[in-house]
Amino acid sequence: MEMINIKIDNKELKVAPGTTILDAAKSVGINIPTLCYLHLHDFNITNKPAGCRVCVVEVQGRRNLAPACATDCYEGMVVNTHNIRVLNSRKTVLELILSDHPTDCLVCSKSGSCELQSMAQDMGIRQIEYQGEQSHYKEDTSPAIIRDVDKCIMCRRCEMMCNEVQTVGVLSAVNRGFMSVVAPAFEMNLDHSVCTYCGQCVAVCPTGALTEVDHTNQVIRALADPSKTVIVQTAPAVRVALGEEFGMEPGTSVTGKMVSALKNLGFDFVFDTDFAADLTIMEEGTELLDRITRHLKGDTSVKLPILTSCCPGWVNFFEHQFPEMNDIPSTARSPQQMFGAIAKTYFAEKLGIKRENLVVVSIMPCLAKKYECQREEFSTNGNPDVDFAVSTRELAHLIKQANIDFNILPDQDFDRPMGESTGAAVIFGTTGGVIEAAARTAYEIFTGKTLEKVDFSQLRGMEWIREATVDFDGTPIRIGIAHGLGNARKLLQDIKDGKSQYHAIEIMAAREDV
Amino acid sequence: MANIKISEQKVLQIEAICKEFNNEKGELINVLHRTQSLLGYLPAEVQEIISKNLNCSVAHVYGVVTFYSFFTMIPKGEFPISVCMGTACYVRGAEKVLDEFKRILNVPVGQTTPDGKFSLSCLRCVGACGLAPVVLVGEKVYGRVSPDGVKDIIKEYRQG
Ligand code: SF4
Ligand code: SF4
Ligand code: FES
Ligand code: FES
Repeated sequence: MEMINIKIDNKELKVAPGTTILDAAKSVGINIPTLCYLHLHDFNITNKPAGCRVCVVEVQGRRNLAPACATDCYEGMVVNTHNIRVLNSRKTVLELILSDHPTDCLVCSKSGSCELQSMAQDMGIRQIEYQGEQSHYKEDTSPAIIRDVDKCIMCRRCEMMCNEVQTVGVLSAVNRGFMSVVAPAFEMNLDHSVCTYCGQCVAVCPTGALTEVDHTNQVIRALADPSKTVIVQTAPAVRVALGEEFGMEPGTSVTGKMVSALKNLGFDFVFDTDFAADLTIMEEGTELLDRITRHLKGDTSVKLPILTSCCPGWVNFFEHQFPEMNDIPSTARSPQQMFGAIAKTYFAEKLGIKRENLVVVSIMPCLAKKYECQREEFSTNGNPDVDFAVSTRELAHLIKQANIDFNILPDQDFDRPMGESTGAAVIFGTTGGVIEAAARTAYEIFTGKTLEKVDFSQLRGMEWIREATVDFDGTPIRIGIAHGLGNARKLLQDIKDGKSQYHAIEIMAAREDV
Repeated sequence: MANIKISEQKVLQIEAICKEFNNEKGELINVLHRTQSLLGYLPAEVQEIISKNLNCSVAHVYGVVTFYSFFTMIPKGEFPISVCMGTACYVRGAEKVLDEFKRILNVPVGQTTPDGKFSLSCLRCVGACGLAPVVLVGEKVYGRVSPDGVKDIIKEYRQG
């Protein structure tokens, strides 16, 4: 390919045509600040509305400054990313953004991980020069997500996420000028919209405009109430993510310390969700086997592929967008809800207490779990099976508030009065996920043998789905895993058009890297 | 808004408009334009019909409707009042005239009185600067309107 020669901050380099100044600069170690720009590698989708203008640079021979994120390089281009003119403009741009932003940092839940805040720090902003009217908008609290639009900087990342990646189409820029906001249709609240609570918009929001609902106070209150027995379940991903909150290397597993911390916090029993995941897998495995056997016997009423339903974001998506296909998903409860149901019946009985006096908390990596546990069908006489779902971050806050020095805690084991995990669930939450475990279960019941290894691979042109074939004594059973709701939509369309080759598919609403 | 149910026939007409534009997402503005001239306004359910036919999200349709001031979700009154806010009218006191309309009718700009009689909107220069400030009621033009004259204009239509 013909390369172009350019010069950035006196460094000469060659780039491919179509490269933006931003990417060219990055390749030689020059990091131009950005706010609205966002590139998602997994989906090859880029958000560049060129709206915030903090990335401006000077291009020799051009009258105005250019947004680096949205300007392509050309032969002989000479760029300066940090001369006085650029620095002043960049600062002005940021100050103008800040002039219509609450200065709530001390009490903002995004504080410490807010991109706007750290940019203001990096640029040494000590006062906001421009004072004027600020825009105000109603706050919107849903079961899992809080929208505080006063903190929105209109970067529109959330809109791109919801529309292009997830294809849910809840969010759009609405109104005009000073009144413009990102909102659902007719400016209804999220819980009236078709929002799935997949949480992807929250994950990409650079500010505190979109945050997750916090349940730590309710948990503290339950723990302080002597009439309540409080038990907790932790999802597999938490034991790895928690260490990071206390400054450990990413990937460090802190299971033993986590159990200690939960006991110190006052939880009466600390369980591993794996135990419930086993049950989900057993149920899904048998369901899969049942559908496959009937299918092989020529029963045409059988719906295949079977879709696993452990991810509430995905279940929600499905219900809103493909209501006519609701006989396809597995009927098994997710591990969180499986656990809750057993805890509030079998376990409460075993302890000899009423279900109202047993509080079930779950620690989950996914924000949609907060919504899942509030669904009608998961409660009895108004008492939910799972009372509160809190995130890894919220757990870290609880631990810090209780003055616990996490790093020197001794290791402790999970409680096991509800039975041992069979081990099937260990695969849960890892590569092959629930579907692999369910396929294994089905295989073992069907053939009476143990399945050695399931190899997942990607097909060319179908990078968004990983698939594997398991040989059920001569019958090839194809299973697949897809991430992201946009991909789920493609898959469901294929199934609807009778083009799907799969017997079982697992879908997760979230991307793998957020 | 949710309780307005538009007729089956209107739904078919809206669908026909979408079809005329090949159900193309990119033609949204044209579709909205034509639909508004058919109905006079674009209520929520109409936006939903259009979103389905053009296969784009309702949020997006709503975003476009709220971006362009030409589009409205509120039915125009029997007597639509427009106050010119062009430069000539503005400097000759159009804002005071507008304020008087707002006060007497008790509605903000862009809204319709509860009895459905009057709606209030602003316009850019209507090309009658010599008569500034200018007010239109339907097709009828009123020139050199003073705040004091506002109640007389309204009276004309209240009685009728
Ligand atoms: S949670 Fe998911 S579906 Fe809901 S608004 Fe955010 S991205 Fe869209
Ligand atoms: S809500 Fe957050 S992600 Fe969405 S436009 Fe506003 S600042 Fe950007
Ligand atoms: S990052 Fe380039 S304009 Fe916002
Ligand atoms: S400014 Fe009002 S008619 Fe021209």
